[in-house]
Amino acid sequence: MKQKKENIADDKLVIAGHEFNSRFILGSGKFSLDLIKAAIETAGAEIITLALRRANTKTEYNILDFIPKNVTLLPNTSGARTAEEAVRIARLSRELGCGDFVKIEVINDSKYLLPNNYETVKATEILAKEGFVVMPYMYPDINIARDLVNAGAATIMPLAAPIGSNLGLLTKHFIKIIIDEIKLPVIVDAGIGSPAQACEIMQEGAAAVMINTAIATANDIKEMAEAFKLAIQAGRKAYLAGLGRVLNFKAEASSPLIDFLED
Amino acid sequence: MKVNGKNITLTKSIILNDFLKKNDYNINRIVIELNGEIISKDKYNTVNLKDTDVMEVLSFVGGG
Amino acid sequence: MEQINSDMLEQVLSLANNYDYNIYTKDDVQKMLNKQDLDIEDLKVLLSPAATEFLNLIAHKAQYETRKHFGSSISLFTPLYISNYCENQCTYCGYNCKNKIHRGKLTEEEIEKEFKTISQTGLEDILILTGESRTASSVEYIGNAVKLAKKYFSSISIEIYPLNTDEYKYLNECGADFVCVYQETYNKQRYKQLHLAGPKSVFEYRFYAQERAALAGMRGVSLGILFGLDDFRKDAFSTAVHAYLLQQKYPDIKIGFSVPRLRPYINEHKEQNPYYVNEKQLFQALCAYRLFMPFSDITISTRERAGFRDNVIGVCATKISAGVKTSVGGHQDEAKGDEQFEISDSRSVAEIVDTIKHKGLYPVFSNHIRL
Repeated sequence: MKQKKENIADDKLVIAGHEFNSRFILGSGKFSLDLIKAAIETAGAEIITLALRRANTKTEYNILDFIPKNVTLLPNTSGARTAEEAVRIARLSRELGCGDFVKIEVINDSKYLLPNNYETVKATEILAKEGFVVMPYMYPDINIARDLVNAGAATIMPLAAPIGSNLGLLTKHFIKIIIDEIKLPVIVDAGIGSPAQACEIMQEGAAAVMINTAIATANDIKEMAEAFKLAIQAGRKAYLAGLGRVLNFKAEASSPLIDFLED
Repeated sequence: MKVNGKNITLTKSIILNDFLKKNDYNINRIVIELNGEIISKDKYNTVNLKDTDVMEVLSFVGGG
Repeated sequence: MEQINSDMLEQVLSLANNYDYNIYTKDDVQKMLNKQDLDIEDLKVLLSPAATEFLNLIAHKAQYETRKHFGSSISLFTPLYISNYCENQCTYCGYNCKNKIHRGKLTEEEIEKEFKTISQTGLEDILILTGESRTASSVEYIGNAVKLAKKYFSSISIEIYPLNTDEYKYLNECGADFVCVYQETYNKQRYKQLHLAGPKSVFEYRFYAQERAALAGMRGVSLGILFGLDDFRKDAFSTAVHAYLLQQKYPDIKIGFSVPRLRPYINEHKEQNPYYVNEKQLFQALCAYRLFMPFSDITISTRERAGFRDNVIGVCATKISAGVKTSVGGHQDEAKGDEQFEISDSRSVAEIVDTIKHKGLYPVFSNHIRL
């Protein structure tokens, strides 16, 4: 039951005081480096996720060479199985000198890659206290979302479906609950397989979406990135224009419920 | 010492900065964790590596 | 009087000040009726005069929501007034300290007797009431009554004068889980005219009672205004918004509404009341509460006649009192003190249970577990 008072003309994504024009966050995994640059440009993405791994001296290029200067880097803690590991990765990432943003991803389930909500809350609390802009990736549970708010998260990032599955908005109703109840930007991450799905969840009030596999595995990466960009914009516009949700209710006006009222 | 999980023999101790240069690491693209602690860039010229050290040299790669 | 750090009052008053119910049209009502989840803008439409001609449709929608969240369950309870001593000078109330009524207060022994009698009717949910007097009915006195109640009832609510957080905590430890405080009216100026003297004249302290109760660990709170004191549309709106903000801030507590309407009382000055609320209007408010916060309990008391009560349960109300006496005591022995208001439905528990069953609804004696 949010008060929809968005000003259409001035509609920016605001995360911990940082403003972004784009509501499209691009994941950089599963692509080759040269295509990442093209994708970022056609997507108009202003935030891109990165992972932290052991450096290899034999490679000539580093991903940072392919990311335009105005794009915000969002290192994620992929690889972490516990809060402690996530915190360690976050601190190392920050030391690389790319800002305070961190996406917390704590996964100790190798089969489905579903995040561990409890460890995520723990890591959020520690890192928020250290001044990170914490964006936690989580399984959509309203109680955990509230815990994350209390722990100092800057956004909530509920998954739509398991990572890489492209199964779409399996958790749509639960994401909607989080959108309705939590005041932080809700950024839907993982599982979105098509521009239509991205559009749909933006219509419901998501602040932004994160896409990776759907673009990385497309036939034409550049074109698909643009399709997503347009879909996300369309969804956002529809949300601001004010979609009323259709009621599943039939009133039988013929059966009177108020005849008993006197005076 | 151990670097990124691999054993390396250090005949004598070496300054971190020199070690990184010698091994072709791009200093602007890496972060160092030495024996569990993050080493800030301003210390690269003063930290000495010993044979008992365990070091991780990390950088960003593509990832969701 | 404890002051807590909260801006909820400003939020409620500001929203209420900006509520002009005359601007809404039939179209607005139609649009609202087609929505699933209603927000504050929809609440404004629901309570507007424009909505009156759609009352039957609104009632159907309310019934649908009530069924969805409560099934056929109707909870039963009864009040016990343990003391009617009062230090407040409220112009509309039988307990007004200036009123010459028969004042009484039950001893512990008498309280227990009452509880025993009530408990024998099968009721498991009790509401303990007092007037406002820390000397006659101290927190400790009330605490002792609560402790006694624990022996007989599984759910204990209190409708007493507003307390500080630590006092609510104490009563919670004694065994009370629910706190009812009615703001009477959210119109500050009108409130001042009605509450001439006594601790109740402090508007803000009363407003924050539910929040203090929540902070103290109480399981649930009830809100309401007294219909007939002021502009009921604005007041009902304020109540609902107050409830909404409380639920947002304390998601784990249960929020309930009550809808007392000004009724005849001893020594009442018979004047024409410009704020008189008729049954249709009361029903509109009831439905508005139900649709705006579909998961909240709505209680209908014996201020209303049987015909009204029987028709609102299952449509919007989910809790009903039975076997009621509003005098001090009076269940077992002769009443020890005069009533707060005249009751319009004196049916016993067994009779109310029968009615509920005849309507195809399901009487519930206890829906609460004390943890």
